[in-house]
Amino acid sequence: MIVAITGIILILFVVGHLLGNLQIFIGPDWINGYSQHLRDLGPLLWLIRIFLLVTVIIHIYVTIQLAIENRRARPEPYLDREYVKATFASRHMVMSGLIVLAFIIYHLAHFTVRVTDPRFALLNADPLGHYDVYSMMVYGFQNYLVSGFYVLGLFLLALHLSHGSSSFFQSLGLNDKKLTPRLAFGGRIFAWLMFIGYTSIPVAILLGLIKPAQQL
Amino acid sequence: MNFKLKIWRQKDRQSRGKLIDYEVRDISSNTSFLEMLDILNENLLGRGEEPIAFDSDCREGICGICSLTINGEAHGPDHPGAVCELYMRKFRDGETIVVEPFRVRSFPLVKDLVIDRSALDRIVQAGGFISARAGSAPEANSTPIPKHDADLAMEAAACIGCGACAAACPNGSAMLFTAAKVSHLSLLPQGRPERVTRALKMVQIMDAEGFGNCTNTYECEAVCPAEISASFIAKLNREYAHAILQRGTGE
Repeated sequence: MIVAITGIILILFVVGHLLGNLQIFIGPDWINGYSQHLRDLGPLLWLIRIFLLVTVIIHIYVTIQLAIENRRARPEPYLDREYVKATFASRHMVMSGLIVLAFIIYHLAHFTVRVTDPRFALLNADPLGHYDVYSMMVYGFQNYLVSGFYVLGLFLLALHLSHGSSSFFQSLGLNDKKLTPRLAFGGRIFAWLMFIGYTSIPVAILLGLIKPAQQL
Repeated sequence: MNFKLKIWRQKDRQSRGKLIDYEVRDISSNTSFLEMLDILNENLLGRGEEPIAFDSDCREGICGICSLTINGEAHGPDHPGAVCELYMRKFRDGETIVVEPFRVRSFPLVKDLVIDRSALDRIVQAGGFISARAGSAPEANSTPIPKHDADLAMEAAACIGCGACAAACPNGSAMLFTAAKVSHLSLLPQGRPERVTRALKMVQIMDAEGFGNCTNTYECEAVCPAEISASFIAKLNREYAHAILQRGTGE
């Protein structure tokens, strides 16, 4: 139940973060202005960040504990094992989750703390005086390795969500026999929509559809 | 039909077990899996070897004692159904069939394919009962029950307590079993007085017995011989949350 509630909070963040990022398609003014708004929140932004961090820590701590108990519940594994209904995603939540965690840490170092790419410090403010997030994203994703890891991280996030985004209804008891298969289907659609939405950004940049607003 | 068998043999709980190869020949396609094991045991006895220990009782799919994992699936590949309802025509001629016991820590192995499922009994003892006077059958219309509730309770009551849910669960969780027992009783007026304590105590004992946790993979409902729906697990989650709230508010 704790996993479900923290999971919902994190799913809401994933949706909000995508909506924010997709503004890159509308133009530099939008996304730079949006990120300036977030920074202008000041202490409130830090409150949100700490809240998300605590949510992530609880989500991971509880699930790792559950996973340890689950492993103990079957000390001697089956020599032959066939799954009838359990999906690959549902059986590998810990694995996909931990790789997504590694991706998030890199992603924060890359775009939030900006310690992995020295060029980001050279970017000038845009004409409105905001930090040029637009060009930062374009230069960041022009690197094939960075974009590749980003797509891989999102693939595993989508895998994680394809189970998680419907599973929490069951954990909270918010379903019945008829609703469960529909929720499972909806959860999968949702997860892969997130994947398409997020990966559209590096793909558009690598295809040259989005160009930096300033030269380095 | 001829089959190659790999069957788990283990002398007792302490010793180490392993898969042993056997062969059976000229088996009728309409032989049940358990009858095929009977034939194999006859052959073994004839050769002076020790027969394979396995559990069976009713042989009509209602006792749920068979506890075999066949080719990696609890009760074998023909769902829904217990092992006695599995026929050899479901396999290919000459196929190699792997037979293992249910593997859950809370179901300790006794010998070969026989396991001890008394953990499930202890979950039922914790709250799977009602305190209403149980005399002769009451007049049918004295306690009106909505059709929908009666149907749902009947669905949950179909659980035969075989443990296939826990055996198939990637986490060795007995949530489907516990959910069926809790739902069955809490849906009916006779089960209402203990509704709160039942949900709390049965879940508490289930955890104490060392079963794993539900991660909603729904593997349990796929192998359940009584076709208990995993939506009863959602109902158990509701019952549990309701019980926690009730107790929290001091009612």
